[in-house]
Formats: sequence, C-alpha cells, structure tokens
Amino acid sequence: MKQLLKKLELTRMEWIALGIACIIPFVFHTSLYIQGILILIMLWVVLGTSWNLLAGFTGQVSFGHAAFFGIGAYASAIPYLHWKISPWWGLVTGGLAAVLFGYLLGKLVFRLRGPYFALGTLASGEILRLVFGEEEWLTNGHNGILYMTTWISKYPYYFIILGIAILSVAVVKLIMKSKLGFYFLSIREDQEAAEALGIDTTRYKNISLGVSAFLAGTAGAFYMIYMGFVDPEVVFALHHISIITILVGIIGGVGTIWGPPVGAVIMVFVQELFRSSLFGIGPSWISRIHALVFGALVVVVILYMAGGVVGDWDLIKNKLKRIKGSGATS
Amino acid sequence: METFIQTLISGLLIGGLYAIIGIGMTLIMGVLGIINLAHGQILMVSMYITWIFWKYFGIDPYIAIFLTIPIVFIFAEGLSKYFLHPLIKKDSILPENQVLMTVGLGMVIMELARAIFTSDFQSIAPTETVFGTSITPPEHVTGSFNIGNISLATPLVIAFVIALILTIGLFLFLMKTDLGRSVRATAQDKSAAALMGINTGKITILTYGIGSALDAGAGSLLLPVYYLYPDVGPIFTVKAFVITILGGLGSTVGAIFGGLILGLAETFGATYISMGYRDAVGLVIFLIVLVFIPGGLKRLTKI
Repeated sequence: MKQLLKKLELTRMEWIALGIACIIPFVFHTSLYIQGILILIMLWVVLGTSWNLLAGFTGQVSFGHAAFFGIGAYASAIPYLHWKISPWWGLVTGGLAAVLFGYLLGKLVFRLRGPYFALGTLASGEILRLVFGEEEWLTNGHNGILYMTTWISKYPYYFIILGIAILSVAVVKLIMKSKLGFYFLSIREDQEAAEALGIDTTRYKNISLGVSAFLAGTAGAFYMIYMGFVDPEVVFALHHISIITILVGIIGGVGTIWGPPVGAVIMVFVQELFRSSLFGIGPSWISRIHALVFGALVVVVILYMAGGVVGDWDLIKNKLKRIKGSGATS
Repeated sequence: METFIQTLISGLLIGGLYAIIGIGMTLIMGVLGIINLAHGQILMVSMYITWIFWKYFGIDPYIAIFLTIPIVFIFAEGLSKYFLHPLIKKDSILPENQVLMTVGLGMVIMELARAIFTSDFQSIAPTETVFGTSITPPEHVTGSFNIGNISLATPLVIAFVIALILTIGLFLFLMKTDLGRSVRATAQDKSAAALMGINTGKITILTYGIGSALDAGAGSLLLPVYYLYPDVGPIFTVKAFVITILGGLGSTVGAIFGGLILGLAETFGATYISMGYRDAVGLVIFLIVLVFIPGGLKRLTKI
C-alpha cells in the first residue's frame, strides 16, 4: 500500500482534491439533490477517464463508449431479470463483460485507423442499442429492467462510485507512469514509427481498450445498481453517453490525467446550473438551454483551448495574470 | 412477389434521397478529409426551415426547397469559415479535432432547435392557418397513386426525381466548371492543387457549403414523408456515414450506389426481418464493408 502510494506520487493538489471529495457529501448532508449531482460527477469521472486512456493517451478516438457502459449495465441487470442474481455482482461481471466485448470489437475495429476507427466504434454502440431494444426475450426490450435499489440514503452509493473513480484515475496514472504508458503514447504519436521500433501496436491497443472497457463497464454496472433501471435507449445512447463522454474529455483536457475529472465537474456543474435556472433565481426558460450551453462551451474550448482546461492551464493562468496586471496598472 | 416489388421500389425511391445525403457527406469527406458528424443536424435545420415556410407562409415544400438550399448554404459557409477552418492551423493532441468540432456544433444546433421548437414531433399538418386563411397541403405532398397493385407515395416519387436533378446538376458542376474542377483537384491532392494556383482554403470552405446544400435538399424533400423533431439529426448522420463508407471515401459515384443499396437494404430488412431492425441493417452492412471491402464500392468499380 505504501509503495503504491509512493508510486502514485500524489501532489498536494491531488491530496486536497481527494480530501474535498471525501468530505463534500457531508457538507451537503441536507440535500439529496446535491448528493445526486455529486454521484453523477463521479460517474462521469470514471467514463471520461476510461475514454481518455483509449483516445487521449493511445490516440484511438472512440465514438462508441456507450457500448461498454451499456454492456456493463446489462451484465448486471440480465442475471437479475432471469435468475434473480443480485445486480451487485455487476460490479465484477460488468467490467469483465465489457472487456470481453471490447476484445471482440478490437479484433474488428483495430484493423481500421483514423476516421474509420471512429466510425466503427460509433456503429458498434448503435448496433447494440438496436439489438438490445429488439431482443425482448433477453433484455425485456424497451420496457427495460427494473430493480428496487438497496438503499435510500445516497452516502453508500457516493462512496462506492468515489472508490471506483479514485481507482480508475489511479490505474490510468500508474499505467501512464509505466512502460505500458510510453507504448501507448508512442502509438498515439506515430503508429508506423512505434511498429518500426518493435512495439506490437495491435496488442497494446487491445490492452488499452481492455482497461478502458473495464472501467466503462464497471461504471455501467454501478449506474444500473444506483438508478435501479436500465433501458437500451438510455445506456446505449449515442448522444447522451458516447458523445458527452468525449466532450467531458475535451473540455477537461485530452491526454491529461486530471482532464476528465475536471471536465466532469464542469460538465455536470454547467448542466445543473442551467437545468435549475441558475439555482432558481434565473428565469425559467434558462432550464431549457442547459445542453446548449454545454455544447457552446465545447465549441469555444476546441477553438481557443485545444488542450482543454487542464492541458492549457498555464495558458489560462497567464492570461488571467495579464488581465489582473493590466487592471492594476491602469 | 408483389410485396417484393413494392419493397424494391420503395427502397429505390428512399435510396435516391439517401444518395444525395451521402454525396454531400462524401464531398466534405473528400475535400476536408473529415467525417462531418453535424451532417444530420444540418439536414434537420433544413427540414425546420422548409416546415416554417409551409406553416407560416404556406409555401409548397417543393418550392420552398429553392429558398432552403441557399439559406442552409450560407449557414454552412459560416460554420465552415468561422469554426472549422481556423482549426487547420491549430495543433492539438488529437488530429480529430475538426471532427470533434462538428460534434460540438451538431450538439449546439440540435439544442438550439430544441430550445426554439421544443421536442415535439412536427410534420406537414392536414390544415394550417396562414395569414388568416386556412390551407391544406396540396395533393402531391400527401397523396399516393397506384401502378397495377403497387402503391407509390407521390412525395417520394417527386423527391426521387428532384434528387436525380440535384445529382446531375452537381456532376455538371464538378465536371464542367472551373470551380468544380478546383474542388476535384483539391480533393485529389491539396498541396498539388495549391501549387497550381488554386486557393485551397477557399475551396475547402466552399465545399462544406455545397455538401451541406445537397444535404439541405434532401432535408426539404424528406419533410413530407418523415417526422421532424430536434433529435432526428443523429439518425441521418449515421446513415450518411454508412453510405460514405459503403461507396468508398470520397467517391461520388460510389455514394450514389451506396445510397441506393442502403435504401434497399433498409426496406428489405424492415419487410423481411423486423421493423425494429431497419436502422440496424445499415450499420451491419457498414461493419461488413469496413472489414471485408475496406475501399467500399470504389474498389470494385474503380471510379
């Protein structure tokens, strides 16, 4: 344990973030609404981190992360539907099922590069959505699968998903510090050169996909346990899962460890801020544009901060300093 | 047998529409080198514009198309000029950032549509009040006719014919005009085209507009036969890239056949497998093509 901590080389900022994450649900102990938002943030941290490992660090931009998320959710829900096996097992099986699916998918899509790869993954997610909607004998189709959630209190859920989130960030950080991480980066930078240096690119891409799929699948299983409901239109949603996952990564910073967590906080915060009409003080029409604001934010980030908030943090800091400086002198 | 012929004809008709969506995507893919994931959203915008022309001005959708196409063209030019083009000079970790930008733009467009029109389903209503007078859609927008035992929807037939005209027009433009030649040259080799004195930057921006204009044509033509709601975009984005891959990237002729094949596959899938799998058929074809004939139809036909 001590060695592991040493290897992680946590900076002061990271300790502070960890501390805040542990305390914050108790600060808002009166509001189940805010606790729900916190859980949502952690869920997006896991998904964003998982996407970032594959896309940001290995350069394989996936447009179908909903596939892994959904597989994880159904791996937890289907045994419950048919054999009344507790969905909690999903936290184990969800990730594994997603890895299995990822392995099969990898065989197919890793023959492809660039836009083809993006489209291949996108199609896989969409196919699963349609298949899981149609095959009612297996999945109960569009009626979804319902499960009475274990606890009413949100604390246990929060700490479980916080644990998964910490685990996923730590795993990615450890990987990126190891030799494996350098292989991933070399594939992102130049696949031909990596291959020429004797790196088995397909193998390492598969490893990256496997870890990524495992994390996304676990997130999916947690989603099922927490919401107590799955439906193919929700868990395999192209727009609400796959695309938002990508946007979380972009806003935070592609190819940075802390990008997706920051992106997740910004995304959920902006959405909730506008969904609740600026926490009830703004006019009600504002609640209708919550997704719009987030989309506009993404456009601005891509245009002016290609590295995302974390990736371009120094740039932002300098700009802020300059603004402050000019304000002081004038 | 009748079912078979009926399915075949419906498939071909809808395939004609898919073809122009696909050609638009292919053009953009060929010249900009990106997949335009806002393609369906632009189609959705054009559907709304045509719908507004009908609902508030009583303009026949098939006449409104001549207004919709220029509006969408200008709109897409703006997107391309101010949002996509500036990204070429920026370097980022992922080479896909133009694609990601189209995702962001698509989301903004979709959410704007939702904010303005709400998520309600719209279509050409049986009666509409325009400037105090009540109007009903003309026969050719809602009607159908029979040939033997085969029933044909009039709007689909008209759409097919207009789609054909648009395709021929595009080909004349690409083959016979200087501008069209510049577009093709840029698609083939950007740097060589620039050396020949072509302003490739301008051509790139222009092509996004042309591709979107074709897409807009398809949108207007789809309005009488399809529902309209803000989330309709992604469905057609998916169809568009299936066609593009099926036809072979950057091949306009391939896109035509790709569109027809997709139309046929979908209608046959819906008739003989299950209605719910209509949208899955295209995706399955897509994966098969990707894996077994990566060059798409382009590789088979060599054009």
